[in-house]
Amino acid sequence: MDTARIVLVVMWVGITLYALLAGADFGGGAWDLLAGRSRTGMARRGLIERSIGPVWEANHVWLIFVLVLLWTAFSGVFASVMSTLYIPLTLAAIGIIARGTAFAFRKAATELWQRRLFGGAFAVSSVLTPFFLGTAAGAIASGRVPPGLARGDILTSWLNPTSLLGGVLAVMVCVYLAGAYLCDDAVEAGRPDLAEWFRVRGLVAAVLIGAVALGGIAVLRWDAPGLFTGLTHRGLPLVVAGAVLGVGSLVLLWRRVYPLVRATAMLGVITILWGWALAQFPVMLPPSLTYRQAAAEPSVLTATLVVTAIGAALIAPSMAWLLAVQRRALRDTGTPE
Amino acid sequence: MATWQSVLAAAGPATPADLVAARTQMALSLGWHIVLACLGVGMPALMLIIEWRGIRTGDADYTRLARQWAKAIGVLFAAGAVSGTILSFELGLLWPGMMGTYGQVIGLPFAAEGIAFFIEAIFLGIYLYAWDRVPPRAHLLSGIPVLVAGTLSAFLVVCANAWMNAPRGFALRDGVVNRVSPWRAMFNPAVPHETLHMIVAAFMVAGFLVAGVYAAGMLRGHRDRYHLLGFLVPFTLAAVFTPIQILVGDFAGKRVATLQPTKLAAAEALFRTGAGAPLSVGGIVTGDRLRYSIEIPYGLSLLVGHNPGTVVQGLDAVPRAARPPVMIVHLAFDMMVGMGFLLLLLSAWLGYTWWRRRELPRSPWFLRAAALSGVFAVVAVEAGWTVTEVGRQPWTVYGHLRTSDAVNPAPGLWTGFVVVALVYTVLTVVTLYVMRLIRWSERPVAPQERDRTREPEPS
Repeated sequence: MDTARIVLVVMWVGITLYALLAGADFGGGAWDLLAGRSRTGMARRGLIERSIGPVWEANHVWLIFVLVLLWTAFSGVFASVMSTLYIPLTLAAIGIIARGTAFAFRKAATELWQRRLFGGAFAVSSVLTPFFLGTAAGAIASGRVPPGLARGDILTSWLNPTSLLGGVLAVMVCVYLAGAYLCDDAVEAGRPDLAEWFRVRGLVAAVLIGAVALGGIAVLRWDAPGLFTGLTHRGLPLVVAGAVLGVGSLVLLWRRVYPLVRATAMLGVITILWGWALAQFPVMLPPSLTYRQAAAEPSVLTATLVVTAIGAALIAPSMAWLLAVQRRALRDTGTPE
Repeated sequence: MATWQSVLAAAGPATPADLVAARTQMALSLGWHIVLACLGVGMPALMLIIEWRGIRTGDADYTRLARQWAKAIGVLFAAGAVSGTILSFELGLLWPGMMGTYGQVIGLPFAAEGIAFFIEAIFLGIYLYAWDRVPPRAHLLSGIPVLVAGTLSAFLVVCANAWMNAPRGFALRDGVVNRVSPWRAMFNPAVPHETLHMIVAAFMVAGFLVAGVYAAGMLRGHRDRYHLLGFLVPFTLAAVFTPIQILVGDFAGKRVATLQPTKLAAAEALFRTGAGAPLSVGGIVTGDRLRYSIEIPYGLSLLVGHNPGTVVQGLDAVPRAARPPVMIVHLAFDMMVGMGFLLLLLSAWLGYTWWRRRELPRSPWFLRAAALSGVFAVVAVEAGWTVTEVGRQPWTVYGHLRTSDAVNPAPGLWTGFVVVALVYTVLTVVTLYVMRLIRWSERPVAPQERDRTREPEPS
């Protein structure tokens, strides 16, 4: 395996972790939106806040990590993507600002109206950010981002069927992931009644995702034939595995085996992301720019890998400690007063 | 390898309006983030000092302050984290002409910064959420990585900026970068003075801003020990760094004289190259002359070379098209230096009365000025970055890439700038409002989650 491929894999691991961790945080914001009126939704929102609070900033860093790896190791791809897709990505960036600050501000707010205002901003931006990131993914996957500065159409590159499918699926997957985590967290916090509330809605979300994904097959075949071919050939095993895991997760949610719901939901997301990657490998910007052509010089790739390896050695144990703190925080404060 | 990269350089030019919009948007985002970044570097130091004093002395006021500051950090860190993320987006959204070609050259410090930021975020999470769950000493220790990683982040990001001022570690052939040496690029000659200047500035901004809050409280009549400590600890930290900063600034000026003589000439509005260059304060630039300034004869030559005969390069050494906007850079430079000396005076004033009488200066003007000291420090930092960034114009990568070639050629950047400017306006108002909420909240301060077990009752 050449160094460029190793960096590519590391970057894709970063994207996967961002989807699994920050995706669930965005989903938590979407649940916050659906949690009902102030009084009835209070316990649900409290659970969401406790479950996201300690970890969201660390989860968010995966995005920075991926951006930096992309511009270091594949500078031209970064410039092409950012310049053509500057509209959806500016909107995603604004969503990221609103989500992060509103969530932190809500914690400091004392009055109900303040909490409502910040909560609203937090929730709405939690839906919009993954949507715009999803449209950007759709734009790349359907070959609408040519190499070069703003060479693609700045509107139709992301306002097209594949991008919209990407945006909608991204939001729904975030919602489902968060639902699965929150069911588990609710039980951990000693509130099975809350888990039940999330479970019913999680089931609905799962069925909807299935429907959108089935419809998506037709959209891709018509709008992104290259991606469709990749997904139905090289990516097929992972696509099938994703479907099986999705159904399995639904069944497990039905039967309230929450820890396994969490695991299968995560695996499902992993298979989708890696299925996409496999479908277009070794091309980075379809139709033809490969990762080898786009890669930085070997000296850069090696230095980046060294720094990443040192970082991983430092981050892994710290992250484990943080997650332990989060679990304990849930158990300690989650019990009904 | 086919040079597909040629498409990265051959972009059509952006309209002048879009270029101005992109530059203003970047300035706004950077100018906003730098304040939060300073607090992110400096406040953990204050928090740890005060928590350590609290553990040592068992004094409840220290502990109360530590919790209050931790709560503020929780909010400010979030705002700093997201406003920093936006910058990494904007590097690509606005300046793809730089990132597409040079991204691989300056990627390394950013990659390392990503790691440092990760550590900072993780340990801040642990610090804030584990407060009552671990022994005090262990809790204090969990805060140390926040301080170390925060300072390291500042160092690494400024390394990347330093590279734009002193680009090293690559060769160019037909507009394509090759023979990249990422370590040489990272540790370029502008690193020592830029990083040192910024990190010291961060501690000053954080110290003076926090102290200013308590000085304002004391002016309103809260003359208790809690407010006095809340004022003295951060003010002392910042005051200790102030004379150091002036020495570092002098060092930075000498380095800039060597590395970017045009920038220094613009900062001093020195048009003619020659020996016996004066130090000019204020004034107005008309044509190729600086008028109405106060001149200290030989001042610049003495500062740069410790000798009145030292030849200092003026703006006449470069063609007009390669000069930065002199008026802006000169006034920003004077502003920065002026604020620095004002803060030095203020620090010396407190130092003197504390040495003689162990008390604050009796004049109400001291507290009035101290209440604004944070603002002065912020102005100094913003002005300093204006010197660095505007003083590098028309280059984005000094000597290699012009800003007009770095900007995104896509149409309509103006619209994006208007939207982003609105977002930042709202964000500024709301952040200040929330900081006031925290200051006034009478609920027993912080332990982050003790607050949250007591949800506000819906009406």
